[in-house]
Amino acid sequence: MKSLPERVMFTMGDIAAAEGALSAGCRYFGGYPITPATEIAEWMARRMPELRGAYVQYEDEIASITSVIGASWTGTKAMTATSGPGVSLMLEAIGLAVMTETPLVLVNIMRGGPSTGQPTRGQQGDIMQAKWGSHGDYQIIGLTPASVQEMFDQTVQAFNLAEKYRTPVFVLADETVGHMREKLVIPDEKDIKLVNRKQPTVDPSEYLPFKADDDLVPPMAVFGSKYQFYATGLTHDERGYPSDKENIQIDLITRLNDKILKNADDIIDLEKYQLDDAKIAVIAYGTPSRSARRAIAIAREEGIKAGLLRLKTVWPFPEEAVAELATEVDHIIVAEQNMGQIYHMVRSAGAPTPITLMRKPAGMPQLPEEIVQKIKEIDSQ
Amino acid sequence: MTTVQKTLSHPMAKYIREDRLPWIYCPGCSVGIVTNMVARAIDNLGIDFNKVVIISGIGCTGRSSGYFKTGSFHTTHGRAIAFAEGVKIANPDLEVIVISGDGDIAAIGGNHLIHACRRNIDMTVVCVNNFNYGMTGGQFGPTTEHERYSQTSPPPIGNYEHPFNLVKLAASSGASFVARWTAVQARRAARSIQKGIEKEGFSFIEIVGACPTAFGRSNRLGDGVTMHKHLLEVAEIQNGLPPHEAELDYDNRIVCGEFVNIEKPEYTAVISRMRDRIEG
Repeated sequence: MKSLPERVMFTMGDIAAAEGALSAGCRYFGGYPITPATEIAEWMARRMPELRGAYVQYEDEIASITSVIGASWTGTKAMTATSGPGVSLMLEAIGLAVMTETPLVLVNIMRGGPSTGQPTRGQQGDIMQAKWGSHGDYQIIGLTPASVQEMFDQTVQAFNLAEKYRTPVFVLADETVGHMREKLVIPDEKDIKLVNRKQPTVDPSEYLPFKADDDLVPPMAVFGSKYQFYATGLTHDERGYPSDKENIQIDLITRLNDKILKNADDIIDLEKYQLDDAKIAVIAYGTPSRSARRAIAIAREEGIKAGLLRLKTVWPFPEEAVAELATEVDHIIVAEQNMGQIYHMVRSAGAPTPITLMRKPAGMPQLPEEIVQKIKEIDSQ
Repeated sequence: MTTVQKTLSHPMAKYIREDRLPWIYCPGCSVGIVTNMVARAIDNLGIDFNKVVIISGIGCTGRSSGYFKTGSFHTTHGRAIAFAEGVKIANPDLEVIVISGDGDIAAIGGNHLIHACRRNIDMTVVCVNNFNYGMTGGQFGPTTEHERYSQTSPPPIGNYEHPFNLVKLAASSGASFVARWTAVQARRAARSIQKGIEKEGFSFIEIVGACPTAFGRSNRLGDGVTMHKHLLEVAEIQNGLPPHEAELDYDNRIVCGEFVNIEKPEYTAVISRMRDRIEG
């Protein structure tokens, strides 16, 4: 009575993300129902037991994310999925995962905010929340899929990055991507590249749980292994022991930030469309990037040299790529389904090239015609 | 010829990260005694130390996990039980023990406590109740009695609020093993912790402790020795008493004993049954 998915499915983004997670080896889902991410929980509740995994529905999002951290420390790939209000509750635990270097994946199907906002309407309002929401200085990895297939592929990638860099990874999908239905092709198991966390190889007596290798990532022991360790959200030394010494704080925080920033080239994923000779570039991600692609095609038909830089990852921010783009084009348009979030990052990386924001804090993304109109306006200047 | 002098070692020292001593605890604090109780319980059971995970939240008792030489984790405030659930469900072979304080378990973490009781997940929660937030300097908490003094419930009235009775809370929420002891009843308490670990289900053991530095000073209860002597004097052992009668009146009567020990389906066992049924 197993409900194994078809190899080719016509399905929604939420379910594609769930299947991506299962293909990546995720066997623990700590959930709490919330629109528009509920389908992920519902799918997991059916699929997890089939794969001898666990779907657990908690009393709130705080418990669900914290349990995911606990599950991850047993060596199990673990995730949760929620939307903005849930992420707001999870942010303290995201900090704990950053500080204890816990691999986990958090899928945020972004809806209209602030507060309860418009639960059934999409938005891209949580981009900065993912980066800055928890207290203290840290880096995060944020992936921004724009199709059902990418919901699958990038959720697999999210697990790989979480395992490789021992860090929480956000999949930041707007509600439209989460709820749209498209064709999904699930590759053969052997064609899905998986990354698993490094494990210690030293004698247990010599194991230092937070001593990093050259890649700035420490091998990770798990509960129940021969390695005994203490992990804490307090600032800790290589032994994992709490410390209030200034140099320990500086060393730890610098390493935690650098392990993401210095590996940014490995993490960042961009798609360039018609950019080679472009004079006007649109930067977009998620659903607005689909409108932007259509807009570029229309503009090109009318002889305007426009192109698209699609961000498949927003964190770490592709600063160098945007700076380079800014030297190649005369004008950049940022189209976001919010009041301007990534816009600020583009402005800081792209100055002094003029940068125009097309903002829209509502469920319907910028339409292709609207972006074409903006491109024409700029082209005629 | 020199002779190596053998230093006396505490019999439970093998379970403790001695390189982290001295403890952060104040003189007269009960948390060290409770640490010993948990180590004794593990020792008595002879369980594989590699399979034990000790988890705590934030606060004085929250620091206890860091002294155990097991796998141990210091979570955010109030979330020790939620973390522990993830550990236990992802790997049911592990023996999961939560040690944390009354503020951590019953205020900020109160929701996780009652829901973990309801789910009946196999873990043992040892809650050290010292009637106040000690780490932050002695503010009233969810177990502080009405009109007791603290840094945030000053004279002339003291605490406006009324306390939770943690035994009643855990029992009515569905825990399958519930006990209460004071810190001075170390052997009985260790035996209950042992039973809690053995129990296939959610076990809750409250240890009523002394915080002479904060709660004791605010309420003129004397030093650590005086406070522990008092606990011994007012402790009244009533094993098997219905949990709703397990009163806690700090000055006069602290009812101690094992109040709940029932059988009901355990969460991870049910998950396992679900998987088997699907596999058919």
